[in-house]
Amino acid sequence: MVLSLTLILGFQLAGVVLAQLMRLPVPGPVMGMVLMLIAMAVSDRLAGLVRPAGQGILAHLSLLFVPAGVGVVGHLGTLGAQGPAIGLALLVSTVLAIAAGALVFALLARLTGGRDD
Amino acid sequence: MTDFAEIWGYLGRDPLLWLTLTLAAYVIGDAGSRVSGRHPVVNPVLIAVVILALILWATATPYQVYFEGAQFVHFMLGPATVALAVPLHAQLPRLRRALLPMVGALVTGVAVSSATAVWIGQALGVDRVVLLSMVPKSATAAVALGVSEQIGGSPTLTAVLVIVTGAMGAIVATPLLNALQMRDWRARGFAVGVAAHGIGAARAFQVHETAGAFAAIGMGLSAILTALLAPVLAGWLVPAG
Repeated sequence: MVLSLTLILGFQLAGVVLAQLMRLPVPGPVMGMVLMLIAMAVSDRLAGLVRPAGQGILAHLSLLFVPAGVGVVGHLGTLGAQGPAIGLALLVSTVLAIAAGALVFALLARLTGGRDD
Repeated sequence: MTDFAEIWGYLGRDPLLWLTLTLAAYVIGDAGSRVSGRHPVVNPVLIAVVILALILWATATPYQVYFEGAQFVHFMLGPATVALAVPLHAQLPRLRRALLPMVGALVTGVAVSSATAVWIGQALGVDRVVLLSMVPKSATAAVALGVSEQIGGSPTLTAVLVIVTGAMGAIVATPLLNALQMRDWRARGFAVGVAAHGIGAARAFQVHETAGAFAAIGMGLSAILTALLAPVLAGWLVPAG
């Protein structure tokens, strides 16, 4: 478990350093995810090592949003005045994005004849 | 009574109190969600945020003081982003088989989500900083916060928009996709993961295993594409000045 967590933090550190050095427009942790995915694809042994801590962290993913979410207390003024407009923008855009994404996926799957399993 | 004031004065500045309350509020939210049979409207994050916001308001505690304790939880968002590689890796063979549909749906979902949100917000007179904070709203919070800061939005506002987007996606997905007569579970799950990140993916796992797996892929890829595309989209949708 400690080794598993150390490896994940190590990939994050490498991602942060790489993103800084190459001035990439991608957050360091995302770069870390890409690096770890490549490493896991190359080495089964490494994939087995990082899995326990990885699954452990992801099992409680939604807890991690809470501290940032509480930041809402600093935006109550904005949300009070513009809340309905913001809510409408979020709702309509989410509905359209899900519908458009699913339709494009199904259409391309039919065109390419790609079936699952 | 002065004893209580003294103890509060001491504890209120101690990170331990706010860390404990953050976990406790989430445990309550999670219990509420379980009691409701995991109904998507009863979202554990939203419940925890409301409880903590009320406590901060009632005790006149500044957010910065709260965050001193909560930062230990917040810190884990970075490793959690890296850990997304684990479910992505598990799905690699299926990922190869549906490559083209996924790329098409990914680009469509990310672009439609950001662009329509900003256009509607603009039409309704929403502030510039709120519009910028909306651009990465479909990505998982770990990524969206970093992107928001990068493009001149407000990370804490983005966090709220991300959570609300996820909860909305989890609620509307099943009725919406049924109405569209969408029967491909891969398409259903993937679109929800792209548009509504982890909260949508958690819902997809409840509905169907294949939908859940593809939602996890969608969430991971959406995070990567949003990080790459958001600076471009922000410049195009919300021009400076």
